[in-house]
Amino acid sequence: MTTVLVPLDQGDQPLRPATLEVLTLARDLGEVTVLAFAEPGEELLTDLGRYGVGRVLVTQLPEPATSSALVGQAVASAVRQVSGAVVLLPSTFTSKEVAAHAAHHLQAGLLIDVGDLRLDAGRLVGGKRVFGGTWETECAATTEVAVATVRPNAVLPTAATTPATPQVQPVTTEAAAPAGLELLERQVADHSGDVRPALAEAAIVVAGGRGTFGDFEAVEELADVLGGAIGTTRDCVDEGWLPHEAQVGQTGTTIAPRVYIGAGISGAPHHVGGMSAAGTVIAVNLDDEAPLVQLADFAVIGDLSSVLADAAEALRAYRDER
Amino acid sequence: MKHVPDLSSDRGFGSDGRTVRTTDDGTLNEVDENAVETALLLKEAAQAAGTPAAEVIALTLGPAPAVDAVRRALQMGADSGVHVCDDALAGADYAVTARGLAAAVRAQGQVDVLVTGMAALDGLGAVLPSLLAADLGWPQLTVAGEVTLTDGVLIATRDVDGATETWRATPPAVVSVTDVANSPRLARMKEILAARQKPVQTVTAADLGLTEADLTVRTAVRSATRRPEPEPEIVADDGTGGQQLADYLIAHDLLIKESR
Ligand SMILES: Cc1cc2nc3c(=O)[nH]c(=O)nc-3n(C[C@H](O)[C@H](O)[C@H](O)COP(=O)(O)OP(=O)(O)OC[C@H]3O[C@@H](n4cnc5c(N)ncnc54)[C@H](O)[C@@H]3O)c2cc1C
Repeated sequence: MTTVLVPLDQGDQPLRPATLEVLTLARDLGEVTVLAFAEPGEELLTDLGRYGVGRVLVTQLPEPATSSALVGQAVASAVRQVSGAVVLLPSTFTSKEVAAHAAHHLQAGLLIDVGDLRLDAGRLVGGKRVFGGTWETECAATTEVAVATVRPNAVLPTAATTPATPQVQPVTTEAAAPAGLELLERQVADHSGDVRPALAEAAIVVAGGRGTFGDFEAVEELADVLGGAIGTTRDCVDEGWLPHEAQVGQTGTTIAPRVYIGAGISGAPHHVGGMSAAGTVIAVNLDDEAPLVQLADFAVIGDLSSVLADAAEALRAYRDER
Repeated sequence: MKHVPDLSSDRGFGSDGRTVRTTDDGTLNEVDENAVETALLLKEAAQAAGTPAAEVIALTLGPAPAVDAVRRALQMGADSGVHVCDDALAGADYAVTARGLAAAVRAQGQVDVLVTGMAALDGLGAVLPSLLAADLGWPQLTVAGEVTLTDGVLIATRDVDGATETWRATPPAVVSVTDVANSPRLARMKEILAARQKPVQTVTAADLGLTEADLTVRTAVRSATRRPEPEPEIVADDGTGGQQLADYLIAHDLLIKESR
């Protein structure tokens, strides 16, 4: 049976949707072992068990514990100890770096941003949409051990049919940060009061562009009715209308929601490259020739403020009726 | 730096699963201009601090047309270029690309800072900077929105995955920058003319001492298929556009379930 190792990119926090998705995919590939960097509490263990995790390795990292070089080495060390064949992580920036370091030390094939995964004759094969969503590719590791990062919303997180009771096992992993590296400061944004999901992992994203002229009220209203996140373009960030963390695109956040609604966004390649893995694309634009309208599944040609506000109202009415 | 297909060109794959490249649709990966600018600024800072010999070398790996990326950097002000070019590198995956580039870095003698863009805007893997740091055994300051080199120490600030971090590293180190790190300078006529005289060295895998094992890929594209062109359902807003948008979401079961 293939052993799949999933490193947890969190302390004892509740599992994030992206991690649940990775665990869901991991279970289909083999026996899932989690690598935790902090002693897991009861609640976390129960959740891991619900997702079919049979074993939790716990390791302590030296400082600077957020160095991706260091975490990557620890992951590689753990994989060797349990004879793991696959390492799976969610596709965040930090996880991609960790994946790169782990793959380097394991001399493993590295698949990035894949949406689906399977084993074919013992080799990991991953599917990925590229070139602004115009091509579908399949890439296979040629090595026995493979490391992959999974794009968000690739699967619906589902608990295992039979829950497991994870065995907790302390392990000593070998890892050291390169000489001369020091973390001077780290501030984690406090999102505990956020009512909206994190952009990178949201299942629904409502994005507003320059066509909003800085007024995001209708964008926010629709996002809130849908339980979605807010996204935007670089031009709007440059204007100071929204913070950089809301930027979707090649130099912003890469997203892959089930639904992307782009309002007042032209669909420049820089932007499209960051959202083209979305399941369904909806555009609202005054210009029916805008590239985003052309690549959408559904588009409304009209003024975004009235269209989005009307849509929000219609959805509220639909919910109230039920 | 990377030579990539123009974002607005019709990009695709050949039957061998490799990116189809023609000489005229390639450009320097845009965010790599920020990397060149960073290197030039670091050089200027070093010179101001009394290191007149500081120099910027532009390095790329790719087929023949990729030398255009190096030329672009020379026009911006880089001093010389290195182009790793060899048929043995065709189909290079992340691992082989990183090994080839790392070998070329080693071949330069003393390199203090290796600067890259945060991601290639064609593949968006964003793993090369980390692979290079791992291969060279150097610390990495990646996805940096700000980098300085003062008194021989690199300080970089980055904003990723909800955290803002400031890292310090002593060279040699790998730095990758975002497009907010700086504004790349425009090449002026004088620099464009001068760039023609600047040396560009073409090196092969054998020149770099790369063995067959070094050149063995760990991943391979199995299939690549063009997705059908979407046929958008376009409605004009006659006052019911919002209702129709809502209906579309409902009809296609695209609302988040309450039990989420
Ligand atoms: C190196 C580099 C990196 C970049 N990275 C990114 C990135 O990561 N993400 C990103 O988004 N961009 C990025 N860009 C910028 C990108 O090239 C575009 O400039 C940007 O995406 C355009 O933003 P926009 O669609 O909001 O504005 P515009 O292109 O100006 O489009 C505005 C749209 O709004 C429509 N409109 C106007 N009024 C209304 C209305 N009342 N109702 C409905 N529609 C209306 C217009 O018809 C138009 O289609 C990058 C650029 C560079 C050079």
